[in-house]
Amino acid sequence: MILRPILSSLTRHKLTVMLLMLQVALTCGIVCNVAFMIEERIARMSAPSGVAEDEVVLIDSVQVDPHTNPQMRHLEDVAALRAIPGVRSAVAVDAVPFNGSDWTSSLNTQPDSDANAASASVYNGTPGELQTLGLNLIAGRDFLPGEYLPLDSAHDGAGLGKVSTVIVTRALADKLFPAGNALGKSVYPFSQPARIVGIVDHLSRPGPHDAGAEDYSALFPLLPDTAEVTYVMRTAARNRKHVLEIAKATLTRLDGNRIVRQPSTFAQLRADYFHRDRTMVGLLLAAAVALAFVTAVAIAGLAHFWVGQRRRTIGIRRAIGATRGDILRYFQTENFLIVSGGVVLGLLLAMMLNLILMQQYEVPRLPVYYLPIGAAVLWLLGQLAVLGPALRAAAVPPVVATRSM
Amino acid sequence: MFAYYLDLALRSLRRNKVFTVLMVVCVGLGIGASMTMITVVHVMSDDPLPERSGQLYYPHIDPWPAPHGRSTNPHASDNLTLPDAMNLLRAGRAPGQAAMSGAAISIHSEQPNAQPLLETGHYVTADFFSMFGVPFRAGGGWTHADDERHARVIALSSALNRMLFGDSPGIGRTVRVGDEDFRVIGVLDDWHPQPMFYADVNGRAFGRSDAFFLPLQTALDLKLDFRGSLSCHGDGGDDRTTDRCTWLQFWVKLENPKQVSAYMQFLADYWRQQQAHGRFPQSVDPKLYRLMDWLAYKNVVPGDVRLQLWLALGFLGVCMVDIVGLLLAKFLRRSNEISVRRALGARRGQVFLQFGIESAVIGVLGGVLGLAIAELGLWSVRQRPDGYAQLASMDVSMLMGTFLLAIGGSVLAGLLPAWRACRIAPAIQLKAH
Repeated sequence: MILRPILSSLTRHKLTVMLLMLQVALTCGIVCNVAFMIEERIARMSAPSGVAEDEVVLIDSVQVDPHTNPQMRHLEDVAALRAIPGVRSAVAVDAVPFNGSDWTSSLNTQPDSDANAASASVYNGTPGELQTLGLNLIAGRDFLPGEYLPLDSAHDGAGLGKVSTVIVTRALADKLFPAGNALGKSVYPFSQPARIVGIVDHLSRPGPHDAGAEDYSALFPLLPDTAEVTYVMRTAARNRKHVLEIAKATLTRLDGNRIVRQPSTFAQLRADYFHRDRTMVGLLLAAAVALAFVTAVAIAGLAHFWVGQRRRTIGIRRAIGATRGDILRYFQTENFLIVSGGVVLGLLLAMMLNLILMQQYEVPRLPVYYLPIGAAVLWLLGQLAVLGPALRAAAVPPVVATRSM
Repeated sequence: MFAYYLDLALRSLRRNKVFTVLMVVCVGLGIGASMTMITVVHVMSDDPLPERSGQLYYPHIDPWPAPHGRSTNPHASDNLTLPDAMNLLRAGRAPGQAAMSGAAISIHSEQPNAQPLLETGHYVTADFFSMFGVPFRAGGGWTHADDERHARVIALSSALNRMLFGDSPGIGRTVRVGDEDFRVIGVLDDWHPQPMFYADVNGRAFGRSDAFFLPLQTALDLKLDFRGSLSCHGDGGDDRTTDRCTWLQFWVKLENPKQVSAYMQFLADYWRQQQAHGRFPQSVDPKLYRLMDWLAYKNVVPGDVRLQLWLALGFLGVCMVDIVGLLLAKFLRRSNEISVRRALGARRGQVFLQFGIESAVIGVLGGVLGLAIAELGLWSVRQRPDGYAQLASMDVSMLMGTFLLAIGGSVLAGLLPAWRACRIAPAIQLKAH
């Protein structure tokens, strides 16, 4: 239809058209990657931790007197915490997801070989850790009372070399035994085997790890015996604040010679842990919106100046029979052509940027479906931005043709 | 002439108020976002010890049996094992050397019924204070002899001193840590190098400060609590005293290139000598990082912040392309006016100057807006709970930089359109009308 006159008109503004295409290409390339990074962050932030997050509260205790027996202290504390009205269960643990206290150990499937080894976060705690955290046991059983051993922190966690059973996450089970028959198999933290007696659905690690390894966790029946310990309590969501206050008072009353600190709900812990990702998502969103705005300004601005420049030509076209719709479509088609040129360039740029990001920031490969979505968004943006000037152009009366400029 | 062109520029800008405002907003957003992030990265990459950093080095010997367990944590072996740190310390081949580790102690307050305090600081060896030029309000550090006999001495930050002893330095008084008495021998002046380069800087390098320093060997002797990462390989528990666990930081002071190369030679010899004892299975490859290189190697500027910087610069680039395009379209629309001026005798240079000034006006206005946006951006960075948040503010040089970037950027953006405008031939345009 009217492609030929449009193209020949555009070739007379090569530089301007090229600049606008470059702008659309840059925007397309950046916005595709920004959108992908936003999706990635949100996926990371919303991954399940495995914990009953709305019902769990925690509080840290640091023993000051080196002569107190930590295990006796924990036993007495846990009993007192369980007696608080509203507390369903309580345990002493060395770490919980997102608290940063990360003990990572290599777990082998053979006694003296690294074949199939996985590096996993080790969780230790007093009996009842599964119920208190609300972990979902999908196969096997919890630890039996007779299986618990002290961690032996005086000998740098030597208990890990003596323990005979372990509960792992599904992700870790699949990594160690890809055939899917992990239950009943043995893993080797050191040279002693520990049999996998249970598998839990999810349990996030205390600190950040590579993508795909975020759920590699193992629970051992080891009793914490360090001066510093975390007490975890499970209660109804509405009682959380109240229970934390009483727990703090209870611990101080039982033994004043300690530091009770960081009482928090699990929800707070998660919010603090992911605050950087939230900031980043906000910034990425702002950048995408700002880029779209700047590009819309460029498209609308260019169309605006061109309408001004072509008033006389438009008038002549109207005078010799073009309808308003023809003029409107002319500008819309022209815009579509320019944006299309930019989008083709932009999709190449998006993939190049993604390659650079993959090298520098361990970002995964940009999924292909981002490209058509990115193109569609820019076409839509272009059409919206050009609509105002195009309507103004369509409103130019034919009589302009008879006036001199 | 200049005033006349300025007047012409302002008239032209007033004619298209909406697009003038939009162009200024685009320049402002681009400049504001970039300056915010450039400032953040600038303060984060600052030298924590400007007078001394050129002479401070971090030696690195990798005791890991080749690739085992390294893939998930490439920095697992950046620290030293206790035997290696002690060997380097006792060899004393540099004019100054110190080993150190993060520390946490609980301190009994002398106030009756007061809760004990949990404080974080560092366990260090004697040269730490002289090597880093730690300023003291009263007293000082300890000696090598104190290190060797595991002396019960402690140096306090002025904040902790105030909390324990009030305003006067508590030199000679005792602090009870666990069930041992430590004698206060020094109270520091304010000393908060940012980033805290000497700490185990994985992840958190900013916004920390130490409340106390006490001798490393004493802490090992009393089995006090250590902080920071402990990475072990092989079997048999995670014992801090073995040669399989890396956890100590080590710094040396080397005053000239000769000392540096001599120390490199010493490290290589040490590596070979240990290989003879069956240790260090990897091929001999000691490293000696200068302080600023060490911080770069450890990525103290977090990946997220670097990504934000690139994003802001990319955005500025798009804004600049935007301005070039808009100015070009705007100037070319005035081809008639230009050709008339040219026909009346205006030289190309004059046309170029006229349009250059119009671009610069946009640049100045955009720069002012960009400065306001950058201040707003930095304010929002300061609201982040990260350790580096408090550092994020502009100094005079950054302020000047913002302005130069804004004006330089827009003048540069105006160059192409102004050049294109001044190439318009007088005759053809006149003939057309």
